[in-house]
Amino acid sequence: MKFKIILIFLLINAQFLLAAEKKIDPNEIHKNLRCLVCQGQSISDSNSDFAQTIKLVVKDLIKEGKTEKEIYSFMSDKYGEWIIFKPQLNIHNSLLWFLPYIILILGGFFLFNLIKKRQ
Amino acid sequence: MQNIIKIIIFLIFFFIISVFYISLTRETNYDTSNLINKKITEFKVINADETGFYTRDDLKKNDFTLINFWASWCAPCKVEHPILMRLSKSKKLKILGVNFKDKDKQAKKFLSDLGNPYDFLAKDINGKQSVSLGIYGIPESILINNELLIMQKFVGPLSLDDYNKIEELIK
Amino acid sequence: MLSNLGNILLFANVILSFSIIYNANKSLKTSSNVINKNIFQLSLIQSTLIIICFFTLIAAFIISDFSLVTVYQNSHSLKPLFYKIAGTWGNHEGSLLLWAIILTIFSFLFLIYNKDHPKKFRLLTLIVQNTLILGFLFFILFNSNPFSSLSPVPSEGLGLNPILQDPALAIHPPLLYVGFVGSSIYFSAAIASLISNYTEKSFSYSIKNWILISWCFQTLGILVGSIWAYYELGWGGFWFWDPVENASLLPWFAMTALFHSLIVFEKRNIFYFWVIILCLITFILSVTGTFLVRSGILNSVHTFASDPSRGLYILLFLSLMIFGSIFLLFKKYKNEDYKLNQNSKETFILINNWFMMFYLITVLLGTIYPIFTDALTDNKISVGPPFYNTIILPVVIIFLLFMAIGPKVKWIKNKFKDIKIYFYILLASCGLNFLIIFFFKSYSVLSNLILISAIFLILSSLIDLTNAIKKNKFDLARIISHASFGFLVLFIGLNNIFTIEKDYNIKLGETKKFENYSIKLQNLELKNFKNYQAVIGELEIKNVNLNRTNILKPEIRIYDNPRTLTYEASIKTSISKDYYLTMSNIDRSDYYNIKFQKKPLMMWIWVSVIMIVFGGFLRIFINAKHN
Repeated sequence: MKFKIILIFLLINAQFLLAAEKKIDPNEIHKNLRCLVCQGQSISDSNSDFAQTIKLVVKDLIKEGKTEKEIYSFMSDKYGEWIIFKPQLNIHNSLLWFLPYIILILGGFFLFNLIKKRQ
Repeated sequence: MQNIIKIIIFLIFFFIISVFYISLTRETNYDTSNLINKKITEFKVINADETGFYTRDDLKKNDFTLINFWASWCAPCKVEHPILMRLSKSKKLKILGVNFKDKDKQAKKFLSDLGNPYDFLAKDINGKQSVSLGIYGIPESILINNELLIMQKFVGPLSLDDYNKIEELIK
Repeated sequence: MLSNLGNILLFANVILSFSIIYNANKSLKTSSNVINKNIFQLSLIQSTLIIICFFTLIAAFIISDFSLVTVYQNSHSLKPLFYKIAGTWGNHEGSLLLWAIILTIFSFLFLIYNKDHPKKFRLLTLIVQNTLILGFLFFILFNSNPFSSLSPVPSEGLGLNPILQDPALAIHPPLLYVGFVGSSIYFSAAIASLISNYTEKSFSYSIKNWILISWCFQTLGILVGSIWAYYELGWGGFWFWDPVENASLLPWFAMTALFHSLIVFEKRNIFYFWVIILCLITFILSVTGTFLVRSGILNSVHTFASDPSRGLYILLFLSLMIFGSIFLLFKKYKNEDYKLNQNSKETFILINNWFMMFYLITVLLGTIYPIFTDALTDNKISVGPPFYNTIILPVVIIFLLFMAIGPKVKWIKNKFKDIKIYFYILLASCGLNFLIIFFFKSYSVLSNLILISAIFLILSSLIDLTNAIKKNKFDLARIISHASFGFLVLFIGLNNIFTIEKDYNIKLGETKKFENYSIKLQNLELKNFKNYQAVIGELEIKNVNLNRTNILKPEIRIYDNPRTLTYEASIKTSISKDYYLTMSNIDRSDYYNIKFQKKPLMMWIWVSVIMIVFGGFLRIFINAKHN
């Protein structure tokens, strides 16, 4: 029994070790940027002029050696937070990022107490 | 305890409905015109004759600069042109025109037909420089002072109200 | 004339609704156990008239009667007949009529199919449902009337957006409306149950099939919407976490939690308030979704044209529903007294509710958070796919494991006879995942875990199936739906990991090469069609290793009424993968921008969802057979 648990643990860890390294992918970045002249599309999906210009700029920034975070920072500095699809982690958005898990945990406590009470 | 929960639930829904109500009256279209009071950090455009560049240092020499992005193929640019001609008469304001994704021949024809309001003329062939100023469409204009602080952004063609606003700001 | 006919029918419906409410109220006060016949007759007439009203609007679209504002704004005489008809419900006013027709027909059907239930309960359901109907009829008559007329009559309509001329999009609203508009009937039933204290487990039989039917159609509606997005929108994806998509997903989470809770209520007569609250939440979310989409406060690919007065009306309706429900619940809530063993199926269903509420709140929060920040801090932010994927995916991993174990847990008190089997399944899942890495490529930690749990659910369901066949004790509907959900996650995961996307600027005659593929823009053709012109690109995709060639022909379409440009993707579907190609022109250049995608296992994603729905329909069928 113990042996099986250890085996599974090792296997799962093996998957972790084999997990791929994350390389900077322009397509990923294009998907995370909003096309400002379109209705809800990303830079990756849009065929607009604006999207094509942004793609060129992102290419240059990657060539300059900027990290993904720096590229997003650059874009939101010029165009506002609206252009990034992933809400930035600041005071305003902390509620957005943390509330779901807070509710998950609170729900868990509530459930736990409920079951305990009703045994 | 139960009563507290009831009050909290009621308040949450009341809050949500109130926010929905407030948002009904707000503008949903996004524009960058409130991204002001920041300094320009990168700027380097090639001038129209390709003999040199305009950089931040050049901009610092003027009291106020209006950077106007335009193109010969842009219809609203024709509409705002008279306003630019009026602004060109102002002594305190220098206008830098950046010709955006255009061809030299058509750009020259545009200016010779309608008049040249620009103190300085530059071009951005692939549009990349416009991004460093947060431009996303043309025409778009930015008013800066000699410390390179963005005082005002004008998205779309300049109107008479915009003209008055600029005159106010450069006093 | 059609305009007058339509308006008369609408007014008639208003009068009938009032009449039904009045008569039902009167009947409530009598001591007889039988519902007065005239109530049935009124209901039948009401349904008949609203159907005729709907067909009147369809007729107006077919004959292109531009004296009706709605027809003028949304149709055109050159439109193909099928899309003229579909155009009826493809606009704001017409779709409200679709709301009205489903509310009315469901009201009537609920009345006649629930003869074995208490009179008070049935009459109250009718009264509440008719109040909802009145709300929508007033909205239609005073704000969004599809029959409002125009004078002088224009000679031609303004045409429908060409992107909306699609078979999938034509059936998408009716499917979805049977789903979330249909949830109105169990909203009304829940309120009726609370007021009339109908808390026995027989209450569950009155709403059971309605919940399952609305759930099946909601799932189908979401599926068809996603398929349409994949084929039409040209970005190769099928879910963007767009506010309008989220609006259809929110009721789905509530419905799923609801029919699982109903299983417990039916079996053990507990969780009554879970059932009631979820019935109320489902329809409240449906109306909230309608509000978000039609009020214009959200920026989305799908928005209808906006008008703040619509938003105001729907918000008022929504507020009345929410506060009415809350006050009633506060008054009637009683703590139920029951015993619950931590190791029982009931607990696992509670766990399911816990997860469903998590998904619901996350998606709701992501959808309305931008509205809140904009109203309160005057700062616009975007909440897109990265947020939802980051928050939800890790939780799905654990959820899938619970989905596998839960159904096998016994009622009241379970003894885990054979935990060993779960370890073997987990081992096998890790093994299969390892094989994928070994033969193909490695992927992120998160992807690993998701694939392992998805495979766990599938293997677990397959073992259930073999055990069921051996013992001849079938729970086939559940096995199919749960296994298909596992397959859905598996296929989406694999598709995500192994998709190749390439973006090129290419000239006629040029070839681009990557990995073992080459793409060549062979030909460009200009062709004229009935209401558009098309630039058709011919691209040859060659798999150099296998020496196989595919020709894909994406189009750039120029429509003249209204003047729009669309990009039609060229898709080649096969069992193992889809090739997906879109082409657009680059202004002031003779280069074209092409986006090429190789998307493995796409069609199996659709098949999985169809199988999930099949499980649902199977359950309805089995229930009907037992009755």
